[in-house]
Amino acid sequence: MNVILSLIVSSVAVFGLVVIAFVGVWGAHLEWLFGVVIPYLAVITFFVGMIYRVVQWGKCAMPFRIPSTCGQQKTLPWLKRTYVDKLDNPVGTVAVVGRMILEVLCFRSLFRNTRLEFGNGQEIKYKSAKWLWFGSIVFHYTFLIVLLRHLRFFTEPMPFFVPIIEKVDGFFQLYVPTLYQSGLLLGAAATFLLLRRVIDGKMRYISLPADYFPLFLILGLATTGVLMRYVLKADVVSIKELTMGLVSFRPVVPEGISVLFYIHIFLVSVFFAYFPFSKLTHMAGVFLSPTRNVSNNSRIVRHINPWNYPVKVHTYAAYEDEFREKMIDAGLPVEKGAPEPAKPE
Amino acid sequence: MEEPLKQADVMKGTRKEEVLDIDHSPSLFKRGWMKTPVDIRPSMHCFAGEPARLKVVDFPNPRVWSAMDEDWKLPTNWKEIVMDAFKVRLDRFRTFKLFMDICVRCGACADKCQFFIGSADPKNMPVLRAELFRSVYRKNFTTAGKLLGPIAGARDLTIDVLKEWWYYLYQCSECRRCSVFCPYGIDMAEITIIGRELTNLIGLNIDWIAAPVAFCYKTGNHLGIQPHAYKSMLEFFQDEIEIVTGVRVEPSYNRKGAEILFITPSGDVFADPGTWTCMGYMILFHYLESLGLDITWSTYASEGGNFGLFTSHEMMKRLNSKMYAEAKRLGVKWILGGECGHMWRVVNQYMGTMNLDLAEGSNLEEPVSPITGTKFENTKSTKMVHICEFTADLIKHNKLKLDPSRNDNLKVTFHDSCNPARAMGLLEEPRYVIKNVCNNFYEMPPTTIREQTFCCGGGSGLNAGEDVELRMRGGLPRANAVKFVHEKYGVNMLSCICAIDRAVFPDLMRYWVPGVEVTGVHEMVANAMVLEGEKEKTVNLRNEPLAGTEESEDV
Ligand code: HEM
Ligand code: SF4
Ligand code: SF4
Repeated sequence: MNVILSLIVSSVAVFGLVVIAFVGVWGAHLEWLFGVVIPYLAVITFFVGMIYRVVQWGKCAMPFRIPSTCGQQKTLPWLKRTYVDKLDNPVGTVAVVGRMILEVLCFRSLFRNTRLEFGNGQEIKYKSAKWLWFGSIVFHYTFLIVLLRHLRFFTEPMPFFVPIIEKVDGFFQLYVPTLYQSGLLLGAAATFLLLRRVIDGKMRYISLPADYFPLFLILGLATTGVLMRYVLKADVVSIKELTMGLVSFRPVVPEGISVLFYIHIFLVSVFFAYFPFSKLTHMAGVFLSPTRNVSNNSRIVRHINPWNYPVKVHTYAAYEDEFREKMIDAGLPVEKGAPEPAKPE
Repeated sequence: MEEPLKQADVMKGTRKEEVLDIDHSPSLFKRGWMKTPVDIRPSMHCFAGEPARLKVVDFPNPRVWSAMDEDWKLPTNWKEIVMDAFKVRLDRFRTFKLFMDICVRCGACADKCQFFIGSADPKNMPVLRAELFRSVYRKNFTTAGKLLGPIAGARDLTIDVLKEWWYYLYQCSECRRCSVFCPYGIDMAEITIIGRELTNLIGLNIDWIAAPVAFCYKTGNHLGIQPHAYKSMLEFFQDEIEIVTGVRVEPSYNRKGAEILFITPSGDVFADPGTWTCMGYMILFHYLESLGLDITWSTYASEGGNFGLFTSHEMMKRLNSKMYAEAKRLGVKWILGGECGHMWRVVNQYMGTMNLDLAEGSNLEEPVSPITGTKFENTKSTKMVHICEFTADLIKHNKLKLDPSRNDNLKVTFHDSCNPARAMGLLEEPRYVIKNVCNNFYEMPPTTIREQTFCCGGGSGLNAGEDVELRMRGGLPRANAVKFVHEKYGVNMLSCICAIDRAVFPDLMRYWVPGVEVTGVHEMVANAMVLEGEKEKTVNLRNEPLAGTEESEDV
């Protein structure tokens, strides 16, 4: 699909979602549907869907140990391995866990990224390119912070870390209400990820509507969130009544919550429900990736393939039968029909 | 599009500018890739497998066909066969299923593939190569794909899609470079391996793979060298060695009761510059005999490489079985393996899992070096040691008498072959050996070696003659890095530990970096070795004068 069409399809889809929520609440007064029923369904879909995906992956066999080795192997005792080698070419559970932690928390592999520079006259360079890594780190961590900050709406009393996060996050008290950097950075990072898809020719060519859609959705989420907090000053007390009702399974829909909130929570619901059906499953899949999460120790411990079946082979006996004469003539040892020692005469 | 390169052009080194006149950024108005049909170009693909080869190993649909023809002569139910097999493999390989599901198309892998760098064909970006399969996966196995079609990036498996699969499956050398950079470790090599397995089920393959597979199955090695011929080739090397060193080496074959079985790729027996590496092994073993080495060659297991890996897991297992079967028959204690790339991927990541049962009841035990007493604990299970591990250990224990100045005519760099680097991690052993046998060693830039190394352009069975443009393009990033050290330090020797490299690089160097030769590591080892009873050496194994001796002749 061409980039323009992809952008249109995915942005129209997100815009459509906004319109649905707006019409549903403002026009048809379906507060219960958008504030209670859909969020419940979305959360159920998320959990059931993700667990289903992980179970499906888990059920697939792992016939071979095929880690991508990115450092010196464990070998002769005097050949020293650095810590980097031990993590990038792991042997043993501790090293594998270390490798996975680096992948999941630090995006280790993405950090290796380089950028091709193809000049004239056979000039090819691979420049350091940490922008994707940086953008992704900012994106994911601000996402995490924003999620955690939302716990304020779902817990009573709040876990101790929520106020701490808020304090750090709102460190620059430039504005009232406190301006949280995480929300803005999330928006900035998502915009960066979006722009790189549109501007870089290679990215444009490989991107599908399914790549633009979540980014538009997140931008929509962030925008409605920011609008509620800083511009239209949503009624936080009523909203908390609603959200606490959801988590305590005694849902209520207080009066006077603005449409904007329902749009926001509808986008969140779609986002969660969309997770298990999309590339967003990478969040769980990364833990199962067989090129990362196994030891490079197949020469030390045999790995068992559950479906290892017997195969047809060409045995030595068949081989010798075919070449026996020639082997004897050439003086090669044979199993059968070796020449008698030459008789005198 | 330019005309295909002729083999002769390659040799003359012409038309490089045209080859390099490519743009890696598809234009804004370019049609989407799904709507761009495959354009099968000569010289960018290999000839189809000949029917006789397929019959030897009972592969389906043997027939004469060509990728340039409209009709590929497929069985009528080809689609059913492929999709059924696709489904089975989704259950059998967690890699396959996961890699179909979790790619976010972040593009980190896009410019990492040497075939994309050298050709700028966007479908050579690993992510897009994978999407060729994912699109069909989505259409057949996911709800969103079934409902939304192209909007969800899904499409049917049509004959054109199948042709596209085949074309790009054989423009990927299974090098795993993309997997190093992917945040989820998505490994296109794994998808290619499984993709080739699918196409083989309906008789789509290439002869450069099918032929070695058939030969290896019947005669024990890829080149179809029969036992007596194998022996006479090594006899020829014995003579050569005697001429150069004055020492007569005596290898033994198929000898029961030997302690160690030696297996190396047959390419080293067959063609320069591999032959000199082979002589290197022979000299090393001869030298070690007096120190207690008891080793035999085998004509039955006379192939280290395994082109089965490039057709299917099953064929790989069938060919690999010979190693343990022969080790058991001869009663050896362990196996020593020569310099080869994909051979070591198979030995490290597949052999034990697939075939260790065959070693039951044999004399195989945890390898111990008979010369140094070192236990190779990292090979406890498979009982197979890499010759670079073995030699590095010898050198560390001062068991070899070496005169590195005998290699002073060389300025050496080292190419990490894809498989020992990214499917094993054999990085330091060869470097340790090289630094001890020659005085001038220079590394290529860090983004082109070790785990980030580039393919030679001919890996995974693509080193044919007819796809020379593909090889020159795929090999460009490696050649470019060699050119860098050639110009900066005067490097004139590209060393490697892979028989395919040794077959591919000479052409590649002649084309992109004239003035650089190719060698195996053990050729340099043997040239530096001081042998008992040797004559005064004036030439190396290639019959080239040694550095010091040319001057003395001038005086
Ligand atoms: C383990 C580590 C993870 C890595 C390495 C990772 C990496 C990435 C990358 C590279 C992108 C693509 C950005 C782009 O170019 O569009 C992305 C997108 C995204 N990830 Fe993650 N991710 C990880 C875990 C998670 C987790 C735990 C979540 C949970 C919420 C998550 C949620 C998202 C979302 C929502 C997107 C964005 C939308 C998009 O670009 O399509 N990721 N991730
Ligand atoms: S690096 Fe991995 S996730 Fe990113 S596009 Fe490539 S295969 Fe997909
Ligand atoms: S495995 Fe190697 S050749 Fe294949 S797509 Fe990845 S980088 Fe390219």
